[in-house]
Amino acid sequence: MNAYAGTVLRVDLARGKITKESLNLELARGYLGGRGFAASILYQELEKGTDPLGPGNKLIVATGPLSGLLIPGAGKTTFAAKSPATGGYADSSVGGHLCAEMKYAGYDAFIFEGISPQPVYLFVDDEEVELREASRYWGQGSISVEKVLKEELGEEFQIATIGPAAERGVVYSCVSHDFGRQAGRAGVGTVMGAKRLKAIAVRGTKSIPVADLDEYRRISRQMYDACRASEAWESWTRLGTSGVNMWSDEVGSFPTRNFQSGAFEKAEGLAGELMRERIVVTDKACFGCSSPCGKWSHSKKHGVRVEGPEYETAALLGANVALSDIEDVAYANYLCDEYGLDTISAGNAIAFAMECFEKGIITTEETDGLELNFGQAKVVFALLEKIAKREGIGDILAQGVKHAARVWGKGSSDFAVQVKGLEMSGYESRNAPAMLLSYMTADVGAHHNRSWAITYDLEVGRDKVTEDKAAKVIELQHIRPLFDCLGCCRLQWVELGLDLGYYAAVLKAVTGVDRSWDDLLKISERVWNLTRAFWVREVEGFGREWDYPPARTWKEPVISGPTKGKFVSREDVEKLLDMYYAQRGWDKNGIPTREKLEELGLSDLVKI
Amino acid sequence: MYLRADSSKCSGCRACLLACSLYHFAENNPKKARLAITPHFPNPGTYEVRTCTQCGECAEVCPVDCIPRDEKGAYYIDAEECIACMACVDACPEGVIFVHPDYEAPFQCDLCEECVSYCGPGALYIE
Repeated sequence: MNAYAGTVLRVDLARGKITKESLNLELARGYLGGRGFAASILYQELEKGTDPLGPGNKLIVATGPLSGLLIPGAGKTTFAAKSPATGGYADSSVGGHLCAEMKYAGYDAFIFEGISPQPVYLFVDDEEVELREASRYWGQGSISVEKVLKEELGEEFQIATIGPAAERGVVYSCVSHDFGRQAGRAGVGTVMGAKRLKAIAVRGTKSIPVADLDEYRRISRQMYDACRASEAWESWTRLGTSGVNMWSDEVGSFPTRNFQSGAFEKAEGLAGELMRERIVVTDKACFGCSSPCGKWSHSKKHGVRVEGPEYETAALLGANVALSDIEDVAYANYLCDEYGLDTISAGNAIAFAMECFEKGIITTEETDGLELNFGQAKVVFALLEKIAKREGIGDILAQGVKHAARVWGKGSSDFAVQVKGLEMSGYESRNAPAMLLSYMTADVGAHHNRSWAITYDLEVGRDKVTEDKAAKVIELQHIRPLFDCLGCCRLQWVELGLDLGYYAAVLKAVTGVDRSWDDLLKISERVWNLTRAFWVREVEGFGREWDYPPARTWKEPVISGPTKGKFVSREDVEKLLDMYYAQRGWDKNGIPTREKLEELGLSDLVKI
Repeated sequence: MYLRADSSKCSGCRACLLACSLYHFAENNPKKARLAITPHFPNPGTYEVRTCTQCGECAEVCPVDCIPRDEKGAYYIDAEECIACMACVDACPEGVIFVHPDYEAPFQCDLCEECVSYCGPGALYIE
């Protein structure tokens, strides 16, 4: 099958048995790859009510049809499972080189089932596949283990690992790859840990077949030329996502002190330009990317090397806990990477505990004696260790802010900043209704990558709560996750303005299947409705209330900065959902209608 | 004419390797490339790019004299004459004469410049 490797590896960890299956043509046609594969496999193969940490859950690692090809940023791998953080659908994508290597080895996806009796890692060298004993790596950090495996197996192996946090069941543990890239969100690493799968190591020497080589190379050339010619190339490549830091602060969306504000009075200490000058060593790219946004940094202050900090980390482990020294943030980033913690959820958890402490909801009795004041780097480092080891207060925070708010009570759930149980990523949205709606309806919980609509709020008017905003969110929720189906990065489009028309054209050239961009968006909509159906099936009573943001949204105005005094009223939250559901063809409770499922070809599969 | 690399500008994306394999073998396969990138992570966190320097040591050690130079000045292995002894592979000081299980004869850079045209940060250049 052109543009695909043609084989899926099914790994039964309980029995230590690995099966090679031919890639299902209908799966490729109907769901493209990556996130589409994951959603389809999880919906069809998981039994209703599966325990996310039990043997019934499956960890899917999936590439897309563009992965490993000469297309800018064709290095995105999807990790997916039923989430231990939310109880619903989870997929998280990671850049780097893993998906490319998987396809060169001959595999489109890995499906991990069951629980291994002892720690193992999956070894893949073209046809040679086996589970290898990994007890000696158990307990070691993600980066350390990757280094050791590369030394043992060879530099050419691409490695994905988990850290001690995942082994201990911290619900927001990530999968790490390429020394600092993570499939970070919603606990896909936690599922890997529960399966006692410490790592995946892959090397491949095969070629990926394509349908029309000349046409593919012609479009590929145009895509690379267009990226390099983009006016944004220079600044984007110089700073990567850290270039967003000061912009976000200026527009009042930089989450500060547990999202109490959208502006941080010491944001200059986190500025992208300062970071570049002070700690960045090397630009670090994902596979095939000519505009490398990854930054490899060296903090002399803390004596560590780390990838980043990315924008999200500067936001959540910087401003949101009021750290203003980029080297302190870099060290917190390093700790998260080595322990295998998602920096977004970890930053939220710490900020939540700090606000609870400052409000007197918890005292030093609950904090193991620590004074949890904002702005204290040592406290942040200590809490990260406690979370990873699940010690004392860390055991509560290891289960996410929704859980911690339940334990500590006293109204703290109002400012536990999460949706569906997943902590919010780095955009304070009380004066950005489209961004808020993006968080409310993202299909893994409060994450920005499905729809990043804050620029639309800025463009059309921040106070407006109008139909076009719901329409924009839906449009973005189809475009952006489509890249995760294709196995390719979206940032060339988002940041460099690369024309979307290239993607349908190059996909046609490599697969030989003629599909318009609209056809592809329809597939993305199918996936979106399928992940929604997964939530409906797996979560008792799932519906509208699961799309609500934290009550702080309407109860408390922003306390400082350019959006001071702003909030989104409860009425406007309801209005946003009404508009969104109606435009999506869902009922008033947010459940896809029969008609919508039929339109998307899902009515046989989905019975809700 | 030489293909040069400024390793400090390389970000390790490997587009050059893929462009190379597509140009010479019409295949998507970085393992069939004629230049090499070695990442050194986590410490110091750099990429090392190696290209053919046209030093000619391969030609000197070839027992059947099948590594002549083409009109660009690039040494190339004549696969028809090659006896696959791998003396050139071992002798290459840069480690940029490559082998792949699909082919008996090794292969090396022929200064086609395809990799240069795909290198976003400009780490590769012709001199």
